[in-house]
Amino acid sequence: MKEYQTITEVSGPLVFVETDEPVGYDEIVEIETGDGEIRRGQVLESTSDHVAIQVFESTQGIDRECSVRFLGETMKMPVTEDLLGRVLDGTGQPIDDGPDIVPDERQDIVGKAINPVSREYPREFIQTGISAIDGMNTLVRGQKLPLFSGSGLPHNELALQIARQAEVPEEEEEGEESEFAVVFAAMGITAEEANEFMDDFERTGALERSVVFMNLADDPAVERTITPRLALTTAEYLAFEKGYHVLTIMTNMTNYCEALREIGAAREEVPGRRGYPGYMYTDLAGLYERAGRIEGVEGSITQIPILTMPSDDDTHPIPDLTGYITEGQIYVNRDLNSQGVRPPINVLPSLSRLMDEGIGEGLTREDHGDVSDQMFAAYAEGEDLRDLVNIVGREALSERDNKYLDFADRFESEFVDQGYNTDRTIDQTLDIAWDLLSDLPKEELNRIGEEYIEENYGDEETETSPEATAD
Amino acid sequence: MSQATHSDVREDGVIESVSGPVVTATGLSARMNDVVYVGSEGLMGEIIEIEGDLTTIQVYEETSDVAPGEPVESTGAPLSVDLGPGILDNIYDGVQRPLEGLEEKMDSAFLDRGVDAPGIDIEKTWEFTPTVEDGDEVAAGDIVGTVPETESIEHKVMVPPDYDGGEVVDAKKGNFTVDETVVELDNGEEITMHQEWPVRQARPAGDKETPTDPLVTGQRILDGLFPVAKGGTAAIPGPFGSGKTVTQHQLAKWADADIVVYVGCGERGNEMTEVIEDFPELDDPKTGKPLMSRTSLIANTSNMPVAARESSVYTGITIAEYYRDMGYDVALMADSTSRWAEALREISSRLEEMPGEEGYPAYLGARLSEFYERAGYYQNSNGTEGSVTVVGAVSPPGGDFSEPVTQNTLRIVKTFWALDADLAERRHFPAINWDESYSLYRDQLDPWFTDAVADDWPEIRQWVIDTLDEESELQEIVQLVGQDALPADQQLTLEVARYIREAYLQQNALHDVDTYCEPAKTYRMMEAIKTLNDEAFDALDAGVPVDEITDIDAAPRLNRIGTTEGYEAFIEEIEADIAEELRGMYQ
Repeated sequence: MKEYQTITEVSGPLVFVETDEPVGYDEIVEIETGDGEIRRGQVLESTSDHVAIQVFESTQGIDRECSVRFLGETMKMPVTEDLLGRVLDGTGQPIDDGPDIVPDERQDIVGKAINPVSREYPREFIQTGISAIDGMNTLVRGQKLPLFSGSGLPHNELALQIARQAEVPEEEEEGEESEFAVVFAAMGITAEEANEFMDDFERTGALERSVVFMNLADDPAVERTITPRLALTTAEYLAFEKGYHVLTIMTNMTNYCEALREIGAAREEVPGRRGYPGYMYTDLAGLYERAGRIEGVEGSITQIPILTMPSDDDTHPIPDLTGYITEGQIYVNRDLNSQGVRPPINVLPSLSRLMDEGIGEGLTREDHGDVSDQMFAAYAEGEDLRDLVNIVGREALSERDNKYLDFADRFESEFVDQGYNTDRTIDQTLDIAWDLLSDLPKEELNRIGEEYIEENYGDEETETSPEATAD
Repeated sequence: MSQATHSDVREDGVIESVSGPVVTATGLSARMNDVVYVGSEGLMGEIIEIEGDLTTIQVYEETSDVAPGEPVESTGAPLSVDLGPGILDNIYDGVQRPLEGLEEKMDSAFLDRGVDAPGIDIEKTWEFTPTVEDGDEVAAGDIVGTVPETESIEHKVMVPPDYDGGEVVDAKKGNFTVDETVVELDNGEEITMHQEWPVRQARPAGDKETPTDPLVTGQRILDGLFPVAKGGTAAIPGPFGSGKTVTQHQLAKWADADIVVYVGCGERGNEMTEVIEDFPELDDPKTGKPLMSRTSLIANTSNMPVAARESSVYTGITIAEYYRDMGYDVALMADSTSRWAEALREISSRLEEMPGEEGYPAYLGARLSEFYERAGYYQNSNGTEGSVTVVGAVSPPGGDFSEPVTQNTLRIVKTFWALDADLAERRHFPAINWDESYSLYRDQLDPWFTDAVADDWPEIRQWVIDTLDEESELQEIVQLVGQDALPADQQLTLEVARYIREAYLQQNALHDVDTYCEPAKTYRMMEAIKTLNDEAFDALDAGVPVDEITDIDAAPRLNRIGTTEGYEAFIEEIEADIAEELRGMYQ
């Protein structure tokens, strides 16, 4: 291993070194400072006489005399099933005072693309117990479904509720409990938020089947760019080699993208929109596309990335590029939150692209698709009318319009608002939906098959709603 | 993928620097756009810049661990595709490597690098039947024989465009591999079933003609209001979640093209998997044969190498042109051209080129028009007629159509299907906005529709458009004063427009019947709603209150026409009931 003491430039997170032997692109580098501390980094650009290194930790204290060692390999993640129950830092080092990790394998963290021919289309319904998701934006195994949230909104509570309640009802029935694991990657979240997650994991016993990667707000920003890759490499190992169904929660993607921008700026790259690098789409795709299923393999990776939209703007490059890669999105909404709706999910802009294949007869219920379409249309109509009510008042509206307004109100207070501890089965969710739809005139239900209306439409106004019980 | 078959291998070079997909090399003598193999693993790349002794290469594979000092070998040939039987019913990556072949070779579900495979099976034998005899004169482009490629498509073997042509001295019949000679000419030229063509160069063709036939898509809003011609160009821009991909899939499934080339350019892996799983099970509505037997897929998903994404649209259109040359109508779907533009931007930025608008290179507009210009309805040099229709999805950031890719595309294409997030949110699908969309082909396609469907097709279409226009104007007033404050006739117009939107414009892609709507049914649905309109206004004129008119039982049944299989009788019944109910109120 060749050692150099030829640092020519230090600029932000970047270090430039003169070399006389070729160094591989993406190779891992160790820089030893004067007081013996080791910093790690990665080769960003390699030419025949110098290399640019991106240092994961801070570059503070690095001087021209530091020695630089090229390790001759790209970044690897030591993986083993024993990682379950462990807490690691953002670079994959254990921070829970547990025993040393004895790896089974060391895997490249960049990960290879899954051949589209080898993928299996995700079709298994995951019941999250949350009506706004199960009923109208259904999550399936192998999907990547981000939470589009904003600062100060309860996206963490929602993510935790999903992690706690997620199950595949079909398997539960057949008694074949599948192996389920959570890989949690924190990028630049505050210590308080981190505690919130850890407390919940410990309280519910989820930690035992979790691998936690923690890059906190005060950890080096550049480190954030490798944290999700370490996490996903671990997830891939657990899913595709050990057969686990892995739920990967990545929070907060906004911090990750900020780190990308920081490195881009330090490298003096030509910036794309709002200063983010032009390759951000490709870079994010390299993370999100690692979700999925593989034909003939037991396990799966389901991703729930969380991002906070700067000023709640979903045209900002981070949510925008994410939305183009992920299979839908769940919007956490500020207005609903202030109205006390828990979880404050706005279903209208939310979407699950894999829903159609994951619901229906044999999967959830035969009327699910129609009911969901009708609920969307009816709630959208009610929402529209609210604007009108502000101008002309309720009395000026027709009876039909008033029914839609009532529907929209009940939709929010009974269907969406359920609290973070209520776990509804899909049957309960759909029954509530029918109860709401039965307030509308029968002939307005033009998206539902007549046979389902016959069966489920409740004529009596007095019928009580089959409200789910809180646990 | 093919190159290097007739290469004059030139002097090898040495890597000078590596930065992501961009590699520079010294000591390499090669031409612009030639394919090279980079590093000790032999990763495929293409020369994109030559400056002094320094050659810049974009590499189609992941470059981790590649180091300066490793060799670069030039093939002396530009990026080309293999053309011949075996392209249909196949799925490729962006540089025409067959994905199934790669899975087998790599023995893994993950894509490894440095593995190559020919685009068409060179060992398989095909049954060749000559259509020429000894003594016939043939020129470049002429058809010399046929091969049954799939159940539905007969592959025509042509004299390669770069041959001189001459007199046939030997035409064989029987089973051959693609590289065996099937026809020999007197000047010594040997014709096989296998051709190669550089992807960035349009295949030569005869005259481009004005298209007069529509590409019938089976989608009511497209066929009825915004048709695209065979040989035309269309763009589908829309924000995420508005249904670009579903629309593209619907076109690939139901459009009445002979051949469909579907390019998944930088999109989701699971979406491609859906196509791969679905298409073999679906039947072509025209022939009843499996859909895959007329389809070729190119899948370069978002996490596959960015340089191969850049080339994927060219690979696709070259394949499309090849089938056009045989006299087929080809439809090419590119989903999404924005990802392709971003690949251009990414590579341009690595080259430190001066950026144009929003960081895109200044040549973005030129590249886009070059690509769309390869579409068209052609009189081929061999006497056949063929067309390439290009439908490009555009993914504007934030759904803002003022961004460079959308704007540059709009300058070129003649059909514009604007997708709308608002419509998508209320699950109005296809979420194509009728106010913003347009088709400049309407007039030149009208003769076809009046001939094949109904004489008054243009008039009834105009009535639908007028009604929708009137509705959007009235909606602005309704937003202020409420619907009840409008005069009776305007309330009625709103009611009729609602049926146009809900019964006619909405179409359920997931419903077995509704997913495809033949032009005759499209016409009858417009007619049925027009019947409601006419009868309702007659009743209004006769003094029937508007509430009673809009309350009739027959009208809501219009919403069920789309999903009803034997629609003729059903529509007649509805029309009769509407007339009876409304006339009963005043007669």
